Amino acid sequence: MTPVLELRNITKRFPGVLANDHINLTLEEGEIHALLGENGAGKSTLMNILYGLYHPDEGEIYIRGQRTQINGPTDAIRQGIGMVHQHFMLVPVLTVTENVMLGNESVKGLVLDRKAVAARIREISQRHGLEVDPDVRVEDLSVGVRQRVEIIKVLYRNANILILDEPTAVLTPQEADDLFEILRSLRSQGVSIIFISHKLREVLALADRVTVIRRGRVVGETPTKDANQAMLAEMMVGRRVALTVQKPPAKPGEVVLAFKNLKVLDNLMHLAVNGASLEVRAGEIVGVAGVQGNGQTELVEALTGLRPVQDGTITIAGKDVTNASPRVITECGVAHIPEDRQEDGLVLPFPIHDNLVINTFYHPPFANGWVVNHEAIRQQAERLVQEFDVRTPSAAVPVATLSGGNQQKVIVAREMSRPIKLLIANQPTRGLDVGSIEYIHRRILEKRDQGVAVLLVSAELDEIMGLADRIAVMFKGKFTAVVDADEVSKEQVGLMMAGSSLEEALAHAPKPVSKEREIVT
Amino acid sequence: MAVTTAPAAALGAYAARRERRKAIAYGVFFLLVAAAIFVLFVRNSAPGMESTFKLNPATRERVIEVPDLVVPTRETLLVLAGLAGLLGVYQVVRGFRRVVLVLGLVALMFVAAFLVWAVRDKSINLLGIFTFAVAAATPIAFGAMSGVMCERSGVINIAIEGMMLTGAMMAVIVSSVTGQIWFGLLAAVLSAGVLGVFLAVMAIRFRVDQIIAGTAINIFALGITSFISQRFLQPIPALNSGGVFPKVAIPGLSQVPLIGPIFFNQTPIVYLLFLTVILIHFMLFYTRWGLRTRAVGEHPRAADTLGVNVFKIRYVNVIIGAMIAGIGGAYFTIGSVGRFDEAITAGKGFIGLAAMIFGRWTPFGGFGAALIFGFSDALQAKLQVLGKAQVPIPTEWLLILPYLITMIVLAGVVGRTVAPAADGKPYVKE
Ligand SMILES: Nc1ncnc2c1ncn2[C@@H]1O[C@H](COP(=O)(O)OP(=O)(O)OP(=O)(O)O)[C@@H](O)[C@H]1O
Ligand SMILES: [Mg+2]
Repeated sequence: MTPVLELRNITKRFPGVLANDHINLTLEEGEIHALLGENGAGKSTLMNILYGLYHPDEGEIYIRGQRTQINGPTDAIRQGIGMVHQHFMLVPVLTVTENVMLGNESVKGLVLDRKAVAARIREISQRHGLEVDPDVRVEDLSVGVRQRVEIIKVLYRNANILILDEPTAVLTPQEADDLFEILRSLRSQGVSIIFISHKLREVLALADRVTVIRRGRVVGETPTKDANQAMLAEMMVGRRVALTVQKPPAKPGEVVLAFKNLKVLDNLMHLAVNGASLEVRAGEIVGVAGVQGNGQTELVEALTGLRPVQDGTITIAGKDVTNASPRVITECGVAHIPEDRQEDGLVLPFPIHDNLVINTFYHPPFANGWVVNHEAIRQQAERLVQEFDVRTPSAAVPVATLSGGNQQKVIVAREMSRPIKLLIANQPTRGLDVGSIEYIHRRILEKRDQGVAVLLVSAELDEIMGLADRIAVMFKGKFTAVVDADEVSKEQVGLMMAGSSLEEALAHAPKPVSKEREIVT
Repeated sequence: MAVTTAPAAALGAYAARRERRKAIAYGVFFLLVAAAIFVLFVRNSAPGMESTFKLNPATRERVIEVPDLVVPTRETLLVLAGLAGLLGVYQVVRGFRRVVLVLGLVALMFVAAFLVWAVRDKSINLLGIFTFAVAAATPIAFGAMSGVMCERSGVINIAIEGMMLTGAMMAVIVSSVTGQIWFGLLAAVLSAGVLGVFLAVMAIRFRVDQIIAGTAINIFALGITSFISQRFLQPIPALNSGGVFPKVAIPGLSQVPLIGPIFFNQTPIVYLLFLTVILIHFMLFYTRWGLRTRAVGEHPRAADTLGVNVFKIRYVNVIIGAMIAGIGGAYFTIGSVGRFDEAITAGKGFIGLAAMIFGRWTPFGGFGAALIFGFSDALQAKLQVLGKAQVPIPTEWLLILPYLITMIVLAGVVGRTVAPAADGKPYVKE
């Protein structure tokens, strides 16, 4: 049988980078094919070539045995290719309906037929369990729902070759499981899927076959039934990766972050945080566990001065910083790794070295009075790029040209490289490969042991279970339980995240088994 | 906005306090307006004075005679000051739910008070002011519409002024030479369109800084029109007598009292404006093209991934936008005085841009803002007629007033930035 899709010898060069080096890939009909590789390995580049956004320097594309030129997304869409991009491709001020129909509009005469499209969206969302209100503006949607809109966009165009570039990076485990159900049902209808993820567990659970790319080259291809996590990790990174972290017990000190009865509104003016209180001490990691959309985003934004607090108090290192500006809060020694790296973490057109000093540029050695010291900024950048293994031809290129994971590393490098008292990390390893996750986890623990207070928000329960000393479960804008991480099992935390009380959870689910926990990636 | 409509007190102490402070600031402002009416106007009027506003067109033909509005000056001013004061007190004590509307109302009251005071013991044709305001607003509104077209697709058009100037000159030349005034209009549209092509190529293809490209066009247009004007138009009257569009009363509509003479007894260019505003609104929010335009202005890459041709959308929008500026330019010559003079547009293109911003990048908003600016022009012109003794204020100050009010109203409408997210940013395709 001819494969649905065949890529032959695809090569793509960017200035200073060989992003794809004679890559071959075949996709069979009704197959889920995982693409695995380090940050910057060239996965997104390859998919963008397939979708017509980039033009390959060499190589051919065959669709159902036919050699095909894909000169732009229009060609790709015509060939039945649909792509969910690594970073959202949604117009925030437009409604869901408008976003979905854009480029493929239904019209009655001259007038957009919003009703018909909204009906189609409702039908698609019902059939696949992708719940979304077609009439809401995208800017008012949570990240998880935006991802659903992206998938609806593709299904709306009846794609039969589906590319998903790290679709689960922004999803909760539950949402990811729902997505897998959808993908499996699409596969049974004959849709062929290319699936990119850094989560080996997902790849093994979902994919039929996996291709591993390293530094632009295919280094292996195997059916998933013959693969395991350790083997895939090694293939990807080129060395053995520790999938577990050794964690000495914490030695908590003074309270660094304390907030009481916090109330914060979301964009739709609902109380997203509704009376939350918590203390984080120096030298401990407090993990905030919760299903996405229970106020974690708004909480972190309030703590970092990005969103007004309606009621309650926040103190950092003894100083009242309720409704203080982000600058004041940063000056208190707070580091922030934001949830949405492109929105809140980086100035995309700026070079890497400027992004690395974007909240310290006015301090010596980066500035003397009014004058910026470019040399000091450049040197700092060289050092951090080395230290954090940011894959880039130079620190002078715009951050926008980095791969998603390497953009994340720039933020982590910036926030971890200055003296801090408190680290607020929201999804710090989102989109990172296993090797980088290992590295960043080690750095966070290092910070803890140096006496930094860490507030870790993560949708990855495994990350929370593996790193946190205490776990605060967030449910409907409140902390329903704050427990020592050793005293609960993953299942018990899961139950509490779904709304059970601590007593109920402790009574039902299995007890924690071992002290040494594992971070499964 | 939404914060004011939500029951702030229920949300917590900070929200309540912040809302309260804002509410009091509004109230104090209303009280200040009341005080200003009292100090500036009431104290400078005497009991027994009357202000007369005529509400009929100056021409003879009319179907329904509207009686003149005659009000006792001092009493009216006292009532206006009192009302503004009451609104202020209520705002401080209780607070209005839609305070921005009240702010607009208070601003309006101030303008009304000013007018009542200015025509004490005299009369003024209010209808005439409004009719003139619509005419004066026309080029500004065309400028705003041109801006809306371009900027909604993500290209800043600061060259509206230059496009208008060119259009104004070409209109008069072609109209003079052919004797066909409609050809003049067509020439204005086409010549401005050519400049639009130039701007589009510079901004979209060569990704030149759009402000610089626009400024270059403005300088070029000013230079070339001044040169042609001095060299040919002034010495050769045959080239500079294009005639003007006659006023055309729309049957029926123009007979409606008050509204009719203001809006429906104007030149075809004004009607073209109404049509343009409605069309742009329709196209922007109801058609495929409009959806794509807005998407391209906000997030061109997202549009690109769905197969929307970002460049094509921008080219077409910029060129059409330029043509609209050209119609606005034609107004200055064949729409009003019939001849071209150097720099005849007098910065109206830039004011059009301001109107677009004040109107938050919407066609009707821009039109409304243009009307306010037009009203300011009209007021200033008419008050000069009343004389220095009557209105002892330098005319420059009168000119500032409407802009000031608009800015205050807009500052009150604290909203998010509304400029399209990709406005002014060239799109780079990989
Ligand atoms: N537009 C561009 N200009 C210059 N270099 C680029 C561009 N896009 C990607 N690159 C470079 O190409 C390489 C591959 O990037 P790509 O985005 O394909 O990686 P990836 O495998 O998707 O990584 P990640 O898992 O982090 O998303 C990187 O070194 C990146 O810096
Ligand atoms: Mg990628």
